[in-house]
Amino acid sequence: MTISIDPQKTNNESLQPKGWLRYFSFSLDHKVIGIQYLVCGFLFYLIGGTLASAIRIELVSPMSDFMPRDVYNQVLTLHGTIMIFLWIVPVVNGAFGNYLIPFYVGARDMAFPRLNAVAFWLIPPSGLMLVASYFVEGAAQAGWTAYPPLSITTPQSGQIIWILSVLLLGGSSIFGGINFIATIIKLRRPGLKLMQLPMYCWAMLGTSLLVVLSTPVLAGTLILLSFDIIANTGFFNPVLGGNVVVYQHLFWFYSHPAVYIMVLPAFGLVSEILPVHARKPLFGYTTMVFSIMGIVVLGLVVWAHHMFTSGTPPWMRLFFTIATAFIAVPTGIKFFNWVATLWGGKISINSAMLFSCGFIINFVFGGITGVALAQVPFDIHVHDTYFVVAHFHYIVYGGTVFIIFSSIYHWFPKVTGKMLNEKLGILHFIITFIGFNLCFAPQHWLGLNGMPRRVAEYDPQFQFVNQISSLGALLMAISTIPFLINVFLSVRNGKNAGDNPWNALTPEWLTSSPPPVENWEGEAPLVEEPYGYGKEISEQK
Amino acid sequence: MLNKNFYLILIISLVFAISFWIGFNVNLLPAEASINAPIYDELFKILFIIGLIIFIGMTIAVIYSLFKFRKRNGQIGDGIALEGNLSLEIVWTIIPSIIVLLIGLYSYNIYDRMGGMKELNHNHEMMSSNTEKIWAGISQTSDNEIAINNLSIEVSAMQFAFLFNYPKGNFISGELHVPVDQKVSMKMESKDVIHAFWVPEFRIKQDIIPGQPTILNFTPTKVGKYPIICAELCGPYHGGMRASIIVEEESDYNEWFNKNKKSEVDL
Amino acid sequence: MTTLDSSKEIQKNNSEVNETHEDFRMFGLITFLIADGMTFAGFFAAYLTYKAVNPLPDGAIYELELPIPTLNTILLLVSSATFHKAGKALLKDKNSDSQKWLFFTAFLGIIFLICQLFEYFHLPFGLTDNLFASTFYALTGFHGLHVTLGTLMILIIAWQSRINGGRLTSQNMFPLEAVELYWHFVDGIWVVLFIILYLL
Ligand code: HEA
Ligand code: HEA
Ligand code: CUA
Ligand SMILES: [Cu+2]
Repeated sequence: MTISIDPQKTNNESLQPKGWLRYFSFSLDHKVIGIQYLVCGFLFYLIGGTLASAIRIELVSPMSDFMPRDVYNQVLTLHGTIMIFLWIVPVVNGAFGNYLIPFYVGARDMAFPRLNAVAFWLIPPSGLMLVASYFVEGAAQAGWTAYPPLSITTPQSGQIIWILSVLLLGGSSIFGGINFIATIIKLRRPGLKLMQLPMYCWAMLGTSLLVVLSTPVLAGTLILLSFDIIANTGFFNPVLGGNVVVYQHLFWFYSHPAVYIMVLPAFGLVSEILPVHARKPLFGYTTMVFSIMGIVVLGLVVWAHHMFTSGTPPWMRLFFTIATAFIAVPTGIKFFNWVATLWGGKISINSAMLFSCGFIINFVFGGITGVALAQVPFDIHVHDTYFVVAHFHYIVYGGTVFIIFSSIYHWFPKVTGKMLNEKLGILHFIITFIGFNLCFAPQHWLGLNGMPRRVAEYDPQFQFVNQISSLGALLMAISTIPFLINVFLSVRNGKNAGDNPWNALTPEWLTSSPPPVENWEGEAPLVEEPYGYGKEISEQK
Repeated sequence: MLNKNFYLILIISLVFAISFWIGFNVNLLPAEASINAPIYDELFKILFIIGLIIFIGMTIAVIYSLFKFRKRNGQIGDGIALEGNLSLEIVWTIIPSIIVLLIGLYSYNIYDRMGGMKELNHNHEMMSSNTEKIWAGISQTSDNEIAINNLSIEVSAMQFAFLFNYPKGNFISGELHVPVDQKVSMKMESKDVIHAFWVPEFRIKQDIIPGQPTILNFTPTKVGKYPIICAELCGPYHGGMRASIIVEEESDYNEWFNKNKKSEVDL
Repeated sequence: MTTLDSSKEIQKNNSEVNETHEDFRMFGLITFLIADGMTFAGFFAAYLTYKAVNPLPDGAIYELELPIPTLNTILLLVSSATFHKAGKALLKDKNSDSQKWLFFTAFLGIIFLICQLFEYFHLPFGLTDNLFASTFYALTGFHGLHVTLGTLMILIIAWQSRINGGRLTSQNMFPLEAVELYWHFVDGIWVVLFIILYLL
């Protein structure tokens, strides 16, 4: 027997959201802001993807022939920065967080709607500024890590604009984080206990803690770096007595947690998607909560694994090996729980489900290479090679981006009231999955056999494998076509979805689709068991 | 019931067998040319096998559930309302912890055998600069062999070249020549930005940092010419920043050395 | 336009919410201060690392005199107390007393900043002289920026407490409490800074 709940009907006309123009206004509605984040992020994804395509075209041949060498460095710097700070972070945090969290806690909006809108509107200008810096005097070209002294000696205007826009984006992310913490802790509907929240709330709570604790350190570091560039101070400039390794510590103190900022929300999203389409409760709710918090704590003390070949003494290398490897334990718990959630379910095999399962497979692969990288003696050989590039694309693309797509398939009916076309969706999945693996799996071999990263030219013996990789990238680019067609067609004349097409139990489905301006016409429902699939209806209030 | 367990055990042993087979038969690494390399490859093999077991196992579990528990046509209803299973969860907390701990201990052992835990000092006969602070690196000074025939080389890196200074012969070379089977000790420092010294066939890498000398010791085991690759982004020509290391028989090395040696040192 | 209507509605609704839920604004502020504190933590960490591993080169000058910073420490500690008084007064509806205390606090803040500038001009080293000089200026400067901001905010709320039926009353303590918390935070940072930079 399927358990289902009738959504609240919104009859009051005045509460219906009106006009697509609201998406271009300084709106305070969390749902509007969420969509703004998503669309803005996706546009930057297309830009970042175009840059990635340029990288892959350059690497089709061993010579540096497609673009000048310094332009190549600018392209890869922009690619990394855009993908991380303007696509993944704003989308998994800002877009889905803003859209879903108020529903999940039973609120009508976020705790600080104005701050929320400001946080979003910081993003487009700083993103545009970053892209525009290319046309000034060349964009930043020291990689997304901006290690000094290289970042001090390369052309200044590009690097300064890079710093400025990362500072603004960091600020945006801190404002968002404060807002999420306050909303989840303080704005909960009366009667709703913490341990009854959908898992995404916990993921966002953990993520926001990381944002609040680590992003300011990046801001401080970049301010110091900009002093080095403009005011000729010597914090990180060895010529003036500075210490370049201190920058690396400070940078990774933020940027390692940043990888969990990119993936924890995805963990939350997948925990929402799997139970709905498998028609089973989320397995091991409590351990999931503890493992999120475990990842948060461990995530703060492992940063130096990015510096195993840098100026780090042996004891430090070893300590960070052990700490890093232990992150596999809480992460592993989550993966086993997800598989257990699937086990014995009644699984609908649709696009959302396929992307989520693709996520599990890809992430386990990327996680395992991560644990290998955490071993100092192993990392010493492959650090700064394509092995690392392969590792993190398996996680950021095969993990987070897969989940973003999965979430779009899952929540599209909620946002628009229309269904996406399943056939196109499955086609999208198949091309993406093949293209992705074709692109990044061979890069492991490249790294092991001697191809460093961030190079525009390489030894001829690597040409064939690089071409396979570029072919995969081409497939990935093609895969966006069915997706875009699908979205555009379905927004205009997709099948009507009704209010709750998946028969889901989490609160956002208990209102009409698209939801009214203040989420619920009456009082927000109290959902004590967001994952009560397979139970008697009477148990659910 | 027995039937079910039988299949489970069969599948698990198959996963193990396949992983071991791949681990032992698929070689993903370049030639081994230093005493570090076989040690590294041993670690690689172990990690590769463990990784394969976990990955193949998880993949099979996901695909199997998708297939076995898929919603058949016309079927409606929910799955079982199973919310957790404490003993199962304890098992899959403890087993990964043990694996991770063992891997950690093992890689400590490997790192130690590579010389990573040895005290960092660069044995220099010409000048006694031992007081200088060495920041990082891999040292292989096994205690009894503070070698007499120890080769001390000073590496300086700059955009976009490596220079190798042989203080004993008082000359600088753009190619690194070393005799086979002898320990080489290098002190490296950069003149501008961060570079890195990487020889894939030796499985060693160490950043070359301005303002912070680092140490890299190694013992080549195979005659030949190998690439030295700069592995840290250092500017537009980072990709072209290459040099070669030439490992040769001791007699060949001595010939080369004597040819390049500056006479002033002979006094 | 319809779009504006709906956002106005939300706005109205949320300001209502804000009126009733004092504490989540405070909560948000505390979270922000934690974040801000982490920025300082990063600076301190950098300074301490430099101290541990990058000894001063020969001939580098990095001498700090104690009198002015000690005076500044006292100034800030006193200003924390006077701010507290302002709050007490407002609670008892003595708005003009409260305003006096606020102005006095702002005055102390300004003196602090003047002393700081005085110190800057009389130090034997400049911003780019050496690593420690740079870090010194970065840390104290960043802190000074916080004091400046705090002083401005104190002046603003002092101004508001004057307006009859204005924003700052015993019924609406939030602006004062928020600035007060911020001010105590800035004081706390100064104490840590004083210990690490001047005494260690
Ligand atoms: C979302 C992003 C993300 C995530 C989640 C991770 C997750 C992990 N990463 Fe990754 N990483 C990056 C993004 C990410 N990484 C990026 C961008 C870089 C490069 C930065 C740059 O230099 O530009 C990088 C680089 C990087 C390095 C440095 C490599 C180098 O430069 O030399 C290391 C080294 O330790 C590392 C390790 C790990 C580990 C151990 C995890 C773990 O969290 C993974 C844990 C997960 C699993 C292990 C899988 C599931 C678990 C099980 C199924 C249980 C059983 C498993 C075992 C017992 C092993 N990563
Ligand atoms: C965080 C997310 C993220 C994502 C999603 C990606 C996605 C991709 N990345 Fe990315 N990458 C990074 C983060 C990411 N990357 C980072 C952090 C670095 C390190 C940078 C550094 O070293 O500093 C890096 C570096 C990096 C390198 C190494 C460069 C080098 O070291 O020299 C390569 C090489 O293959 C690469 C390839 C790709 C490819 C092919 C994709 C593909 O998956 C992209 C697929 C998407 C598309 C192809 C878009 C489709 C659209 C179009 C084709 C355009 C249509 C246009 C319009 C309609 C306007 N990336
Ligand atoms: Cu030198 Cu890269
Ligand atoms: Cu990391």
